[in-house]
Amino acid sequence: MEFGFTLAAYAVAAVLFILSLGGLSGQESAKRAVWYGIVGMAIAVLATMIGPGQGLWLASVILIGAGAVIGYMLATRVQMTQMPELVAIMHSLVGLAAVFVGFNADIELGRVAAQFTEAGFAFPRPEEVTVEGAAFASAYTGFAAILAKKIAVEVTILRIELVLGIWIGAVTFTGSVIAYGKLAGKVDSAAKQLPGGHMLNAAAAGLSLVLVAMYLGGAGSWTLVLLTLAALFIGYHLIMGIGGADMPVVVSMLNSYSGWAAAAIGFSLGNDLLIVVGALVGSSGAILSYIMCKAMNRSFISVILGGFGGASGEAMAVEGEQIAIDADGVASALEDADSIVIIPGYGMAVAQAQQAVSELTKRLRAKGKTVRFAIHPVAGRLPGHMNVLLAEAKVPYDIVLEMDEINDDFPDTDVAIVIGSNDIVNPAAQEDPNSPIAGMPVLECWKAKQVFVSKRGQGTGYSGIENPLFYKDNTRMFYGDAKASLDTLLGKISG
Amino acid sequence: MKIGVPTELFEGERRVALTPDSAKQLEKLGYQTAVQSGAGLGAGITDEAYTEAGVEILPDEAAVFAAADVVAKVRPPEPAEVDMLRDGQLLISFFYPASNEALMEQAKAKGASVIAMDMVPRISRAQKMDALSSMANIAGYRAVIEAGNNFGRFFTGQVTAAGKVPPAKVLVVGAGVAGLAAIGTSTSLGAITYAFDVRPEVAEQIESMGAEFVYLDFEEEQQDGAATGGYAAPSSPEFREKQLEKFRELAPDIDIVITTALIPNRPAPNLWTKDMVEMMKPGSVIVDLAAERGGNCDLTVPDEKIVTDNGVTIVGYTDFPSRMATQSSMLYATNIRHMMTDLTPEKDGVVNQNMEDDVIRGATIVHQGEITFPPPPPKVAAIAAKKQEKPKELTAEEKRAQEVAAFQAQTKSQVTLLAVMTVLVLGVGTVAPASFMAHFIVFVLSVFIGFQVIWNVSHSLHTPLMAVTNAISSIIILGALIQIGSSSFLITLLAAVGIFMASINIFGGFLVTRRMLAMFQKS
Repeated sequence: MEFGFTLAAYAVAAVLFILSLGGLSGQESAKRAVWYGIVGMAIAVLATMIGPGQGLWLASVILIGAGAVIGYMLATRVQMTQMPELVAIMHSLVGLAAVFVGFNADIELGRVAAQFTEAGFAFPRPEEVTVEGAAFASAYTGFAAILAKKIAVEVTILRIELVLGIWIGAVTFTGSVIAYGKLAGKVDSAAKQLPGGHMLNAAAAGLSLVLVAMYLGGAGSWTLVLLTLAALFIGYHLIMGIGGADMPVVVSMLNSYSGWAAAAIGFSLGNDLLIVVGALVGSSGAILSYIMCKAMNRSFISVILGGFGGASGEAMAVEGEQIAIDADGVASALEDADSIVIIPGYGMAVAQAQQAVSELTKRLRAKGKTVRFAIHPVAGRLPGHMNVLLAEAKVPYDIVLEMDEINDDFPDTDVAIVIGSNDIVNPAAQEDPNSPIAGMPVLECWKAKQVFVSKRGQGTGYSGIENPLFYKDNTRMFYGDAKASLDTLLGKISG
Repeated sequence: MKIGVPTELFEGERRVALTPDSAKQLEKLGYQTAVQSGAGLGAGITDEAYTEAGVEILPDEAAVFAAADVVAKVRPPEPAEVDMLRDGQLLISFFYPASNEALMEQAKAKGASVIAMDMVPRISRAQKMDALSSMANIAGYRAVIEAGNNFGRFFTGQVTAAGKVPPAKVLVVGAGVAGLAAIGTSTSLGAITYAFDVRPEVAEQIESMGAEFVYLDFEEEQQDGAATGGYAAPSSPEFREKQLEKFRELAPDIDIVITTALIPNRPAPNLWTKDMVEMMKPGSVIVDLAAERGGNCDLTVPDEKIVTDNGVTIVGYTDFPSRMATQSSMLYATNIRHMMTDLTPEKDGVVNQNMEDDVIRGATIVHQGEITFPPPPPKVAAIAAKKQEKPKELTAEEKRAQEVAAFQAQTKSQVTLLAVMTVLVLGVGTVAPASFMAHFIVFVLSVFIGFQVIWNVSHSLHTPLMAVTNAISSIIILGALIQIGSSSFLITLLAAVGIFMASINIFGGFLVTRRMLAMFQKS
């Protein structure tokens, strides 16, 4: 097959990928959009396999098949609550693949250079080529053929691209593994850093720069290996230093990184589709991170640097006491209420309480009450986490509203139920200028006539900030595991 | 100390300021209680019932005044009663001090203290002792019942085998406590209820009770009731004209009119004029709850029920609460009991008239030989805080100017951004070779498309978006596929591992996304 055919196929695939992302603007069109993505990917892979320079057909097909089996098993077995972990760990695969591909390019480059030298030709190719040199170079196929035609500047650029691809890929890899560990609870979610803190990161970054310079100066492949190690360290240490509450930003940031890594590799391989898709993924991840940061009223830098910073002075002391209530009390309040807003948070995901929430919603709606959900942009551990869980539990999506859509309605709400969220309903963000989360937009559920908070115990949330909501006069604490609490509550509310 | 309750002297008054229940509660505050024999009969409370609750029965009024340290009554005292007060004694009752100055002087001369139940400030904390409200509530209810009693038809509309009955139309004028109670009673009986009030902010309360608010299209800065302690203020002549015009329009259709409009310390406003009464259908009923203050209706005769020439019944009773003496005595006695609770912070049976307290200060009109009426304005703002000024409505030009300014700012930032980007790209172009730039253009355009497309993704789909982008970022598989054919074993191995990992990602990512999206459903 001709090279032109492959390029044409890439163009089709690129269009399909763009449509696939664009289609996610609505729930209904999203279902079609996924198919665009799948078809685009299939076209891209097939076109590459039948394109020039491709060998080992059988091995490729077997490997893809094996990957498909594992991917299928992962995707079908995963619980919806474990979705953040899954996405995080899959990012690490992309990162690692980028590292491998980058290394391969370097090895190929070295091999081609060695063969040129052996045959007595100059490499990189001089501006003016001899006929013999051109003939020698054209004997190469595939990736090596592209390399053989490169002049000195192009080889340098190729090396820069390689280094970028490998470096970003390596950071993505360890970063994603750590993010996975934190989300899955295998690694302590608190922000932790080795002694030296960000100085270590800075040192590793500095070392990377030195190694890049040496590599470009022709110091050999060992610099690349060291560079990779430095990048792996940065990925590990950077994400270890970020607290669990910031994981939504981290995951989308890593998503962005994996895209940039793919784009950088695309440059070095001269593959436009890689560049297009890498750039799409990279920019989408960047925008998501931006949206997340905005929702938390924090700058991207302060999230990356970890921990909550910027608070000056003592936080306001919280007065009063948390008043507990039992299921009977909640049930009778719900019976009397006309308008109910449910605010789910990560606690609902942890307790797997979404089915109980859905059932409660169904029963209350059957009684003619208005039940709506208020979703904070950073609720959960992944952008849109709560929407997915509620959708899984068959909560209709048109009663699931965003913060801006529902915040003004709280004064007219009879009962607000907070299930396992904490910081996103913390009035201190508005009332206490010294609070670490001051200025962060929050759901103003305390304006409802009555607030019930389903919570495990009296502890603070992920960010470790005291929540004055729990001490308000119209707040009652409904202690216990969210699922167990809701199940007892369901028993009190007739179907 | 002892609380004594005499029989009401006012003719036809059947209420009493003490019930066996409230007596028991007062005992807990440390007080003894005494009641004049037969005082509770009008409200259906026998002397035996009092005795059972531990209340001492005294033979006559003089004995009650002599024995009691605190005298509790319902109606304002008669001069003879004030005459019986002694130095240091406390009288609690309705008093209407603004129109009973002579009595106040008399009480002052006697050295007694007087707490007027009608002077309790209308703030949230004092609601439990707000006897005006509790009595108005009863009056509102009773007004509807009284109207029904004199009205020859059902309230509710019915279609029966014996014919169709139209629902009664009720108009309630003045949506204070009595008005709202009347609205509630009337709607629950099934009548179509309209209500009017000069305070536009009560429209919501009226509608919450199930009545329709009669809107008046009038442009005037209407007074907020919150500024006058929840009462309406006198309205301008133009406003009144407009109001009457509206009533004239309604009058022929309305079956029952209940007027409750009162303005503090003034005669009741005349709202239902003679010509309106003449417009009404025969058999219609007007209940004038303001009769005691002259009446809202021109033809009202206080304390009487009259029938006009065109067959409209006008009820001008002034004793609605007294007509439900059992209920009103119970509520009034509870108001008194709450007042005593506030007067006895130590629960030791000794009255501590703390003149620093807004509620006690406001209600006290004579204290320690001095007249303390009128009280200073309360420290706590009455009822709800005044609503915040609405943001100024922008004129068309201002809006336009704002839009233009926003557009200009947007253009400016966009142009700046574009200029910076262009310079950067040009900078790259001067050093990079053409083969690189070909790819670079693709890259820049893709980033641009990515930004354009992703902004439109709805928030709830962010997780599927991540899963999809994750899946398609495994496009890196192409790189590995190109390399796997290499003659170097190391390259082939690394590429193979790369293909394997990337394909896990492709399949896993797309499948998970499909799983997620399949769950989204509309209700």
